[in-house]
Amino acid sequence: MTVRRQVRLAVCLPGDGDTAARPDQPSGSPIALASFEQPARTAERGLFDFVLLSEGPRRIDDLDATGRPEPLTVLNALAGVTERLGLAATVPTALTEPYELARRLATLDHLSGGRAAWHVATSADTFTGADLRHDGSADRYGRAAEFVAVARRLWTSWSADGVSRPFAHQGRHFDIAGEFGLPRSPQGHPVVIRAGDSDQDRESAAATADVLLTRHRPPAAGRSVRADVTRRLAAYGRAPEDLKVLAGVTVVLGDTAAEAQERAVEIRRQRITPQRAPQLLGQAWGVDLSGHDPDGPLPETDPVPGPGTAEHRTRRLTLEASGRPAVVGTPETVAAELEAYVREDAADGFVLVPHHTPGGLDEFVDRVVPLLQERGAFRTEYQGATLRSHLGLPDPPWEG
Amino acid sequence: MSARYGRGLLHLAAAIDRPGSFDAVSYVELAQLAESGGLDFVTLDDSFARPGPDALAVLSRVAPATRRIGLVPTVTTTHTEPLRVQAAVATLDWASRGRAGWRIDVSTTEGEARLFGRRHAAPAAALWQEADEAAEVAARLWDSWEDGTKLPRPPQGHPVRVVDATDGQARPTAARYADVALVRVADPAQAAAVRGQLRDRAAESGRDPRALRVLVSLLVDLGDGEHAAEPGHGGGGPRPTAQGPLYRGGPVDLAELIAAWHAADVTDGFHLVPVEPRRDLERLVNGTVALLQHRGLFRTFYPGSTLREHLGLARPAHQYAVTGGTS
Repeated sequence: MTVRRQVRLAVCLPGDGDTAARPDQPSGSPIALASFEQPARTAERGLFDFVLLSEGPRRIDDLDATGRPEPLTVLNALAGVTERLGLAATVPTALTEPYELARRLATLDHLSGGRAAWHVATSADTFTGADLRHDGSADRYGRAAEFVAVARRLWTSWSADGVSRPFAHQGRHFDIAGEFGLPRSPQGHPVVIRAGDSDQDRESAAATADVLLTRHRPPAAGRSVRADVTRRLAAYGRAPEDLKVLAGVTVVLGDTAAEAQERAVEIRRQRITPQRAPQLLGQAWGVDLSGHDPDGPLPETDPVPGPGTAEHRTRRLTLEASGRPAVVGTPETVAAELEAYVREDAADGFVLVPHHTPGGLDEFVDRVVPLLQERGAFRTEYQGATLRSHLGLPDPPWEG
Repeated sequence: MSARYGRGLLHLAAAIDRPGSFDAVSYVELAQLAESGGLDFVTLDDSFARPGPDALAVLSRVAPATRRIGLVPTVTTTHTEPLRVQAAVATLDWASRGRAGWRIDVSTTEGEARLFGRRHAAPAAALWQEADEAAEVAARLWDSWEDGTKLPRPPQGHPVRVVDATDGQARPTAARYADVALVRVADPAQAAAVRGQLRDRAAESGRDPRALRVLVSLLVDLGDGEHAAEPGHGGGGPRPTAQGPLYRGGPVDLAELIAAWHAADVTDGFHLVPVEPRRDLERLVNGTVALLQHRGLFRTFYPGSTLREHLGLARPAHQYAVTGGTS
């Protein structure tokens, strides 16, 4: 009798449809702490590994984006209302510098007692809806890779007995020197998360990440992703368990299979609102189509080429239109499906993208988590204090 | 000149800096202590030039552990992206339900410039010009989000802007943008003169000078018992030191000094920076503040819930017209 493979669970906030559904939401700002605190508490009650906040501010001409909360600031506040839950921020490398971001991440790790994680967003990520626009760097993967390397260097620049040691880094994208402002944090290095489905995304993850977020696929396709990642890891001298692969899923529950299907259809219909449809189309066309009749024909003009390749636009539109892949069923069938997916090595676990926060997450924690626990596939209490310990990742070694 | 504006309520703030502390508990403890004394706000300094955690992050962690006290981290504008800065400050305002401020500062050293890959630091005047722009960008963005829509403004409209106006280079920024100006001076006449100058400059730039609070910032060393160990020092006022004006004496004499300066209407209040954080803040709250409260000179509870309310500052109206069709 072997121990069942453990399912890893995390949740992404805001969930799917939250931004689209914003105008219809009852009073209360999406920025108010309560809108994050409640699902974070629920995720901790459900013994999840971490909560992942999607992207914050981007560009000045994108007011919608600037109105978003700043993820690391939210997570520091959440550190005060949770005790064990991992706290992951999506932070693009494009608009910041390694010294500043490494310092803010190390601060979160200190203040949370070792629960910080960083989703390294390059502008090609599709997972959390991070945008597809160009970040101004011709070599965004190269810059991101060097960025992560510099951050890791800064995180461990102090000696084991708490003495700051000077660093100097001279690379293609960064040329910096000085002393880092914080001692080694509780996790050594905050957990590094990459997301994406391209070769480059997988290669970056295999080279430096602790967690890879991918699309949810049929089990056979998931297994081949996992195998591909394992091959890439070996090239960097890393073991398969050094990188956790989590698939993004939206779960729709019902008391019966038929009820679950009905709810799934309804959720898809709600996602593409009359306001949302022209917006999505506008993104694909490269022009503002906000006045376009959502029930009318396609625009008469051709799509405008511009930054962000046509391929990406097409893929994004298709993704949005098809809806996020969902696991639909009763709590029993959903638990069985998730458990089998991990047992068959199609992934190490899942990042839930709730369709309605917090309701969707509460339902999952109350109805599905206990069934996973009954199957022996999910923890019944947190064993350690840090996110690395939740994920079963080793602490990075001391250097020098 | 002070008669033009009339004497307002006394405002008190304290620094909760703890060099060498990186854990949350150290800071939460001090902020809660300051809150038990009804202080307007706490400050936490920040600089890339010395070890320490990110101050805005620390006060975000403090926010859910406190209920009323204002939270004012130092935010430097030299090597940071203005968009990110405004988003972080606005988010702190949300997380604290309207208690956020930001103490705008610049990074002047070559060492800090090297951390960001820059060969040389720009001159201070240029850095303060940039700080002005960062304050302006933030104000414009916050005003572009309308109340009651899907992108509401931060709870205070504009989180409170604090500028240390001791340095002449910072005074134009303070006069144009600060809701609270800090001045490190050891002498009451000097305090009155700087406040007068700041108010005049604020009026010149089109602001209501009554909407600017000027607080005298002093280092305090309360290690010497109830009264000043050196006769005349505590009662005689702070002395200039290399680190800034320092008050050394007992909590009772400090209360006398605060009461006297406020009665003479040379300042709107004090920002006190403990030399020994835990010890001095405790003596400040349980000694000095308790005495001022007993004499009816300082609030015994928070009548308001936002930092602007503590400071007696109105929630700012929209500064810029909003383009049509959205209301």
